[in-house]
Amino acid sequence: MSGPSTYQPQNAFLKWFEARLPIIGLVHSSFVAYPTPKNLNYWWTFGGILSFMLGVQIITGIILVMHYTPETTMAFDSVERMMRDVNYGWLLRYLHSNGASMFFVAVYIHMFRGLYYGSYKEPREVLWILGVIIYLLMMATGFLGYTLPWGQMSFWGATVITNFFSAIPIVGESVVTWLWGGYAVGNPTLQRFFSLHYLLPFVIVGVVVLHVWALHVVGQGNPTGVEPKSGQDTVPFTPYATVKDSFMMVVFCIVFAWFVFYVPNYLGHADNYIPANPGVTPPHIVPEWYYLPFYGILRSIPNKLAGVIAMFSSILILVFLPWLDTSKVKSASYRPLYRVFFWIFVAACLGLGYLGSQPPEGGFVIAARILTAYYFIHFIIITPLIGLIETPKPLPNSISESVLKSSGAVAAVLAALVGAAALLMTPSAARAQEGAPEVPIPPRNSWSFAGPFGKFDQQQLQRGFKVYKEVCSTCHGLKFLSFRNLADPGGPGFTVAQAEAIAAGFKVQDGPNDQGEMFERDGRVGDYFPPPTTWKNEAQARQLYNGAVPPDMSVLAKARTYERGFPWFLVDIFSQFQEEGVDYIVALMKGYKDAPPKGFELPPGSVYNEYFPAHAINMPPPLTDGRVEYTDGTQSTVDQQSKDIAAFLAWAAEPHMEVRKRVGFQVMVFLVIFAGLMYFTKKKVWADVHGHA
Amino acid sequence: MTTMSSAEPTRRDFLYIATGTVAAVGAAAVAWPLISQMNPDASTIAAGAPIEVDLGPIAEGQVIKVFWRSKPIFISHRSKKEIDEAKSVNVASLPDPQPDSARVKEGHDQWLVVIGICTHLGCIPIAHQGNYDGWFCPCHGSQYDSSGRIRQGPAPANLVVPPYAFLSDTKIRIG
Repeated sequence: MSGPSTYQPQNAFLKWFEARLPIIGLVHSSFVAYPTPKNLNYWWTFGGILSFMLGVQIITGIILVMHYTPETTMAFDSVERMMRDVNYGWLLRYLHSNGASMFFVAVYIHMFRGLYYGSYKEPREVLWILGVIIYLLMMATGFLGYTLPWGQMSFWGATVITNFFSAIPIVGESVVTWLWGGYAVGNPTLQRFFSLHYLLPFVIVGVVVLHVWALHVVGQGNPTGVEPKSGQDTVPFTPYATVKDSFMMVVFCIVFAWFVFYVPNYLGHADNYIPANPGVTPPHIVPEWYYLPFYGILRSIPNKLAGVIAMFSSILILVFLPWLDTSKVKSASYRPLYRVFFWIFVAACLGLGYLGSQPPEGGFVIAARILTAYYFIHFIIITPLIGLIETPKPLPNSISESVLKSSGAVAAVLAALVGAAALLMTPSAARAQEGAPEVPIPPRNSWSFAGPFGKFDQQQLQRGFKVYKEVCSTCHGLKFLSFRNLADPGGPGFTVAQAEAIAAGFKVQDGPNDQGEMFERDGRVGDYFPPPTTWKNEAQARQLYNGAVPPDMSVLAKARTYERGFPWFLVDIFSQFQEEGVDYIVALMKGYKDAPPKGFELPPGSVYNEYFPAHAINMPPPLTDGRVEYTDGTQSTVDQQSKDIAAFLAWAAEPHMEVRKRVGFQVMVFLVIFAGLMYFTKKKVWADVHGHA
Repeated sequence: MTTMSSAEPTRRDFLYIATGTVAAVGAAAVAWPLISQMNPDASTIAAGAPIEVDLGPIAEGQVIKVFWRSKPIFISHRSKKEIDEAKSVNVASLPDPQPDSARVKEGHDQWLVVIGICTHLGCIPIAHQGNYDGWFCPCHGSQYDSSGRIRQGPAPANLVVPPYAFLSDTKIRIG
């Protein structure tokens, strides 16, 4: 936005309008005619990608709110019903949850671009600080959003993060109580977090406007760090930058679509499919992967207040970077010494992220302390020092001069994607170490529904349903499933008549009738599976089952996982392995032992199981050979029954899985074709700048 | 950009058109789920399944209200007087001409089943009110007769008859 707009409308109406509100001229001068350095590489496309992702999150978020209920007894259920019943509800939910991760991938690439190329240096200090503000707002928004599904991680993450403020001397406890609106995280907390989560993205939009304004006043940085000197050095934003940004957006969407359609729960945590329980903390609380480095820093300081201060300081120190960096040269391309320490810093951040995902024990603690110290040393000592002692390489005289000698940036793109992939590995690294180390890893089974073209085996689902009906339903509910789902495509394949008959075989409570009484009637196809008849409420269940409450099975297959270990958690992202839950269920069913091993103290009322955490489970072995009679000729062994019930539960947890994978394939094919077309379009548009027609 | 003659479409034009078309298709494909999600979801549609109503407890002259698809349904057990009044009207003189026989099931003309939503702007008319032994809508004064037909007032059409069928003399299925 330097100088008056060059926009000269020809159309009479546009002239009239422009004289009254010159918004078209503003858009023209900011995004069409705006002079952009012509040597920008693909690292520069992430600003546009971030704007795109902000739009995606806001649009999917607003739509999600049409179906979500922000109240503790209804939140979890509303999300599940949305996944199952709302048209494309599963897609909207996964777009939003994976979109948040992609938003952070993009912002980290964008920030590291800034660190490498000196984008924070004079005259871009305010631009940089606005960026730090946007980043802080993103972190707040992401945290608030993660609490909304009201799973175990939502609840306990909320408890831990709000407890940070209790570290403030004197007023800390009052601040925490004020944040909670109660004596603990509860409904008032959820409702206000919902309000703030809706608000903050629009605050982000406002700061982004300031950010782009600040950028346009000083102009874009570029890979040489040499400011544009003449019109030779720049090209108009449209079509050059527009088409390059658009191309990268499509490539980015390919990665995004991979997660949404093929591994939608990879970046999340299985514990968040367990409804929030204020009485039980999960064994390993971890935040989402994008907070892990800061979590690592927090936990490495043994003092509560100092830890909180260190964590916030690690972000706020970025604000001072323009003044900490003493180098006159902006771009690390010409700073051979700084470049080395830049990559060491990247490794330190990845290391802190990995350590943040591990239990704070032993060697992990020492390593985290070393890396935390190094993180601050990088900013406070190394960066200022290098600027003073380094001998930079000679800068080109101008951007045009450097362009004539430049090499391709494809390697940079690949590096970006590898970096993104590395960032995204950390959540499974988190899972990889979970579970008590002495519980063995469940053996891998082969599932018909695994992989990009997987489908449920209808006969297996029908057998599994029989196992549920005859064995599990006595104690376990299936509240998110309706009898009509049994006839839905992509499921067990019952006919509507069969589903109606199955429904009629269940008794459902209804009423009150005209006399004011509740009564029982036969189930109808539109009803949901009724709760088990053996217990009316949790208190009664605990009394009957030695303190345990049989969990509802609707999302059980997604709520259980096991450690994958290295290198499998890297392979999984490409092989699309997400069958941890069903493998665990099969292992559990087959893992009962008549007697515990020597020396093992079995608590009274429980049974030894090889795969259950701490080996003591309150449920006696539910399956025996021949327990469920199969009518399709399959042998009814414990092994077969356990695989069938696990497959049925996999469908119960993800009834739209087949549609998801099918649509995913179509989307991936489309995006690859589109990316190809965009690539060639980009090359054609840039042909004259690149020196050939 | 170098100037080019636009006499013939070039490979560059084809590329741009192809990319633009694919982009437009993509935009439409993205927009569809965003729009479709606002339609009634599967549980709402399932809850709109047909219902059965027992007519036994309804006395002659009584009008009851049940809900189907969230809409109020009037079930009127018409007296002989009401039936005669409904049949004896000059159909051509009605604002929305329709004979009574078209609004009831054959052999069951003592039963009138209509959606209880005024066809003007959607209020629920009140039974046993108005000058025509039918319903009176308090919002803007529409009056319906004992066959649920509009006689007076701003409503343009008769009360809508929902799809229904007799399962027996004392039971109907609506929907």
